[in-house]
Amino acid sequence: MGNVWGFLTRTRRGNGRMDWTDWVTYSYLFLGIFVMFAPVIWLAMSSFKTEAELSRFPPRFLPYAQETMAVDGYDEPLALFDIQSGEHAGKTLAQIRRVGLVAQMVDPANPSEKLRVDVADREPLEKLSFAWENYTELFERFNFLRFFWNSTFITVMATLIMVLVNAMAAFALSKYKFRGQTGVLMLVVGTLMVPQTVILVPLFLVTKELGMLNSLWGVIVPGAATPTGVFLLRQYMITIPDEIIDAARMDKASEWKIFWRIIIPLSAPAIAVLSILAIMWRWNDFLWPLIVLNQSEKFTLQLALNSFHGEMQTQWNNLLAMTVLTLLPIATVFMFLQKYIATGIASTGGK
Amino acid sequence: MASIGLKKVKKSYGAAHVIKGIDLDISHGEFCVFVGPSGCGKSTLLRMISGLEDITDGEVVIDSEVVNDIPAADRGLAMVFQSYALYPHMTVRQNLSFGLENIGTPKAEIETKVAEVSAMLQIDQLLDRKPKDLSGGQRQRVAIGRAVVREPRVFLFDEPLSNLDAELRVDMRGEIAALHKRLGNTMIYVTHDQVEAMTMADKIAVLRLGALEQFGAPLELFNNPINLFVAGFIGSPKMNFIEGTIDDNNVNSLTLATGEAIAIPSDGFNQVSGQKVTLGIRPKDLQPKPDGSLQMEVRTVEQLGTESYLYGRLADGTGITIHSAGQTTVEPGEMISVGAAEKTMHLFDTESGLTLRAQ
Repeated sequence: MGNVWGFLTRTRRGNGRMDWTDWVTYSYLFLGIFVMFAPVIWLAMSSFKTEAELSRFPPRFLPYAQETMAVDGYDEPLALFDIQSGEHAGKTLAQIRRVGLVAQMVDPANPSEKLRVDVADREPLEKLSFAWENYTELFERFNFLRFFWNSTFITVMATLIMVLVNAMAAFALSKYKFRGQTGVLMLVVGTLMVPQTVILVPLFLVTKELGMLNSLWGVIVPGAATPTGVFLLRQYMITIPDEIIDAARMDKASEWKIFWRIIIPLSAPAIAVLSILAIMWRWNDFLWPLIVLNQSEKFTLQLALNSFHGEMQTQWNNLLAMTVLTLLPIATVFMFLQKYIATGIASTGGK
Repeated sequence: MASIGLKKVKKSYGAAHVIKGIDLDISHGEFCVFVGPSGCGKSTLLRMISGLEDITDGEVVIDSEVVNDIPAADRGLAMVFQSYALYPHMTVRQNLSFGLENIGTPKAEIETKVAEVSAMLQIDQLLDRKPKDLSGGQRQRVAIGRAVVREPRVFLFDEPLSNLDAELRVDMRGEIAALHKRLGNTMIYVTHDQVEAMTMADKIAVLRLGALEQFGAPLELFNNPINLFVAGFIGSPKMNFIEGTIDDNNVNSLTLATGEAIAIPSDGFNQVSGQKVTLGIRPKDLQPKPDGSLQMEVRTVEQLGTESYLYGRLADGTGITIHSAGQTTVEPGEMISVGAAEKTMHLFDTESGLTLRAQ
């Protein structure tokens, strides 16, 4: 044990032991991990709990369920209890029904004899159990796949359109000289200062006039051009040497071809960053879809999550399971692409 | 056939006149070098010929066709850039074939052409590599290959060797010259290095501050520089300039600021009495002589074995460089007499800078 501890706490510097600053650093890091991941892990664990277990106080970390057993003469499996004291102490009995403070129980070994037990004398016999039905119900009772498809469609289409539109704007702003170039850029960047909530109503009216309410395109199109995206890509494209574009012009490439064959491939790191950001924005977007979409078959996952939260009753077990499923795709995307975020942001000099 | 003519070509950015009216005729098959100090407008002029930069005024004529309004791609030119400007995300093969694809060349033909050119430039082993995996010299070859493969009428080179190390530069210089001989195309080559200009050019155009100073064959520029700038720019090391005044009663005698008098050529120059002139003598023509008419204090001696350089100054501080063959016994700090043969001297009017040589 001492060896293991010595191995874990050795360092290269100093006397080979961890300094107090190392301890502080590690504590700080672990605190950070705890603060960030504890809610997520709690969420994941809770999504496997039954409705009853969720409302239990005090809450427990792992999902437990009471053990049951099929007993001869009874149709349903019966819940098992350990008897702590009284006449039947030390036995494991199954409950037939409970009346007030007294439960009618039966010994599984001798199913014909009914026993009366004081509820204070017994402890429920529990085991670790994952309530997978929280998840399966999503597919059986709710149209989870429809919501998932809506979210995916919006995210993918919006990201593609946004990257394309922003890249074209960024190309023009970074590589063409024209009158008012700075003015246009200032306008684009200036829109960053207008809060989304301010333009919510006008945006809604425009979308309504275009007949895109209650359509997935109504969510996709208004978000197609983002100042952040234009600015991010422009900053990156500026670093592409002009001589390469001149060379392509000498090579008889049209401006359109220069964009597709030269600019887009060379901006790949910045485009990757923007795509990841766009995927996260779109996937997690709530307010705008809430305004545009009001038929449940058009709902995104975020809206569906919201609809679980009823006025009278909230189905926490299904809600939690769906939250986990909603988190998974975006977490996976982030895991695979996070290295591009680091390199891309470092090289764009962006945020 | 591809001759190029520039007629009063001008370029301005707002109030800044970068090219101030240049007239130039380059005949078919000539290797023409634009040379000049940085900021003289030589690259801008090249880009105007290429079509990448528009022309404020005047005409650019290729094969008796005014190309001012023809886009770069349609002028039938190919350009090699200073930074090579290879497409970093494409392999060498794709770099070479990109231009051909754009003009709709059939696949099979592209393949033969790429194979031919890459064999000629010895880059056929590198076809599947990306530019980042190539050395500087290899990148340079690919850049040249990309120009060659399209079989342009005219090649334009924009300081193509400035990113290479000295040794490689000499090699590539030879290769470009050989390429010119083999293809026979008109080539325009921009450089700030007068050695490159001297070794490669059929014709040199010396530019300064957006104006053409002199245009001619390398040795013509070397032997008969038209003004002080060309005289100082062409030739290495730089020509020595010594200012003085022509004697009032003898146009063949020059009195220097130091009071020394020096005999100058009696014919071939149009100097007049009392004129302020600058005497130009190339370092190899100025030699230590016991009876030399100039007294010079030697400050630095460079012994290169087969040749030596003496750097010093006259009594009034005018810097003097002497290039002598073989090794020298002169030590720094010595005072020596130096002189030059009259026929090696150049005379310029100090005020206008123009040569006084009789045309």
